[in-house]
Amino acid sequence: MVQSLPSSLQPDKRYRLQFASVLLGLTARNPTIQNGRREVIVRQIIAPLLAVLLYVGLAGHASALDVKAAVLRIDYPRLLPISRYDLRPEDLGFAGAMLADEDNGTTGTFLGHTYETEQIAVPPEEADAALEQILADGIRLIVVMAEGRDLLRLTDRAAQDDALVLNATAPEASLRSEECRASLLHIAPSNLMLADAIAQFSVWKKWDEWFLVSGSNYADTSLADAYRRAARKFGLNIVEERVFADTGGSRRTDSGHVLVQRQLPTFTQGAKRHDVLIAADGTDYFARYLPYHLSSPRPVMGSAGLRPVTFHAAHEAWGTTQYQTRFEALSGRYAHAEDYNVWLALRVIGEAVTRASTVDAQAIRDYALSDAFELAAFKGQKVTFRDWNGQMRQPILLYDGMITVSVSPQEGFLHQVSPLDTLGLDRPETECTSFN
Amino acid sequence: MKTLIATSLLALLAASPSLANKAFVSNERGNTITVVDTDTWEVIQEFDGGNRPRGITLSPDGRKLYVCASDDNLVRVFDTETYRELESLPSGPDPELFVIDPTGRHLYIANEDDNLVTVTDTETRTVLAEVPVGVEPEGMAISPDAKWVVNTSETTNMAHFISTEDYKIRHNVLVDQRPRYAQYTDDGTRLFVSAEIGGTVSVMDIAPDGTPTLVDKISFEVPGVLPEWLQPVGIKVTSDGSRIFVALGPANRVAVIDGETLEVLDYIIVGQRVWQLAFTPDQAYLLTTNGNSNDITIIDVAAEKAIKSVQVGQQPWGVVVTPN
Repeated sequence: MVQSLPSSLQPDKRYRLQFASVLLGLTARNPTIQNGRREVIVRQIIAPLLAVLLYVGLAGHASALDVKAAVLRIDYPRLLPISRYDLRPEDLGFAGAMLADEDNGTTGTFLGHTYETEQIAVPPEEADAALEQILADGIRLIVVMAEGRDLLRLTDRAAQDDALVLNATAPEASLRSEECRASLLHIAPSNLMLADAIAQFSVWKKWDEWFLVSGSNYADTSLADAYRRAARKFGLNIVEERVFADTGGSRRTDSGHVLVQRQLPTFTQGAKRHDVLIAADGTDYFARYLPYHLSSPRPVMGSAGLRPVTFHAAHEAWGTTQYQTRFEALSGRYAHAEDYNVWLALRVIGEAVTRASTVDAQAIRDYALSDAFELAAFKGQKVTFRDWNGQMRQPILLYDGMITVSVSPQEGFLHQVSPLDTLGLDRPETECTSFN
Repeated sequence: MKTLIATSLLALLAASPSLANKAFVSNERGNTITVVDTDTWEVIQEFDGGNRPRGITLSPDGRKLYVCASDDNLVRVFDTETYRELESLPSGPDPELFVIDPTGRHLYIANEDDNLVTVTDTETRTVLAEVPVGVEPEGMAISPDAKWVVNTSETTNMAHFISTEDYKIRHNVLVDQRPRYAQYTDDGTRLFVSAEIGGTVSVMDIAPDGTPTLVDKISFEVPGVLPEWLQPVGIKVTSDGSRIFVALGPANRVAVIDGETLEVLDYIIVGQRVWQLAFTPDQAYLLTTNGNSNDITIIDVAAEKAIKSVQVGQQPWGVVVTPN
């Protein structure tokens, strides 16, 4: 992914103000977030001003509605990513919220609906207080960007006030199974969906023999579990497994590449014959180094090489160019998957408000889970929710860092409900009971 | 006189010897316009169409060809005889699809990136109005009496009814996900709107004063084809209203629908990713643009069968045929 914008890409006049404010805080280069120090609370409220002017009544939808939502993002202390292209912009996710407010607001002008989304970034220790404030402000629609354990705690607190939480980032399978919550919808795909997307492509390629290399942190081992499950599910064979332990190594700077070039062939040598190496690195500390440094001339998939993603800034199929253009004009940068997920979460809310004419969190949840709900999301087919665990069904893009190489589910993987249910936990497999 | 016309029509249908028309196909990726002779079905010319040509239409007399050059942010105008570029028209940013009014004076253009419909005067080459519509405007239709222009917005999921008198939106109708195209019947009593991701065609009855009422939704089913790939895009209706043809995108088929019962009668297999449709003036043939196989398919309308495919440029998008 390329971070800088083409010189031809000038922000639209109408967006100039917001663009300037975003530029001031572009944190891809701001070390404070990376170090996880105390962060300011960012609140940006965009109100569609033309709503009243343009409002033309639609039979049966004539009631004016004001939709208030919040995006709560926890900024964890993190090491720098291996690649500068993976630096996190300060408005990560928030830019998606701004676009969603614009999109929803434009539709709202024809219905008398307005959309305002608060954007709040906090360090982990301030997350609970931030949620209290959101609830005290009367907001009951909350998009959360946080790790699984924090997400669950916040969801349980929000549920006491009948708020709906939409998970924009946490990928753990348990959140969609034994730890599911009735008031928690998952926009982010699960690790299982991502692993299944890779496994299906592997089957299609007839790359049946996997060499699984995983990290030693929780995020890595849970991802490795997802790949083991995917291999079983689709009849692939893990011929060899190795753990690349996280010993607190340094970023690839100065002469680091020399060591990488010497160490990785040694680490991967002597593995049983395999078609592909699958990397499970949820922490981002080693997988990026694997391509071209293996002992065997094999492709890498998973956390490096060909990666399963929900979105990337080069995706153009199915009208996505339009999404990219709108996003870049508004934010002055390329879209990240997190931006897309937040946008999608708020579009789910917008769609439910538009169709069901309600701002009630419970009614929005019920509509989203109903058969009536469908949403176009630049994925070539409608996205819907699994009504047994609140997970959004969606195609997964397979991305090589430059283009969309393929899209899963792959051709030929069929399912009695939807081919999308070949990805992730299916109804008979989930241990979620909160949706019954 | 009537007999004469009838006889010549018959002769045309029987042999169609002379009176060839030209089909113009916009090639979105190739940045060209392909010209096809509708008598021999041979490509007679391919010329530069500007950057990312998509929407394509003709002046009522067939002399001028209008092309939405999306990445040039303008409408390019070509002579249909010499293929020379004559002029360009202001269109607003990223023009995608447009309709021309029966007098040829006004173009109504959907600006995909700007949530606008731009009204352009083709003679003075000025913008007369900009109408704010929903997110990602695409489909454009004009009522036969030219009193209404309908725009569909792909992310807002509405059909917006714009009065051509004052360019104000009078009606908004919610349809299914990602509405791509709108088409009135020739008598103006019905409007069809395709929803690509919703997989349906919404049917609206149009009252004499132009008020729409949603009356039905047509859906599609083809054994052996995943429902997700049945994505309706282009629509054409025969002048007597008896048949509706709907291009089904990645399903590589055109649906044939009974105009009375609204039942799907058949699916005609065409090229890959079928997008837009155009009749020849006598409605003997229907042309389809197939974006992924870089060709157009010719459908015999009476027989409801595909008879030929013609290779055109890269990623054909829109098609229009000169009038007689």
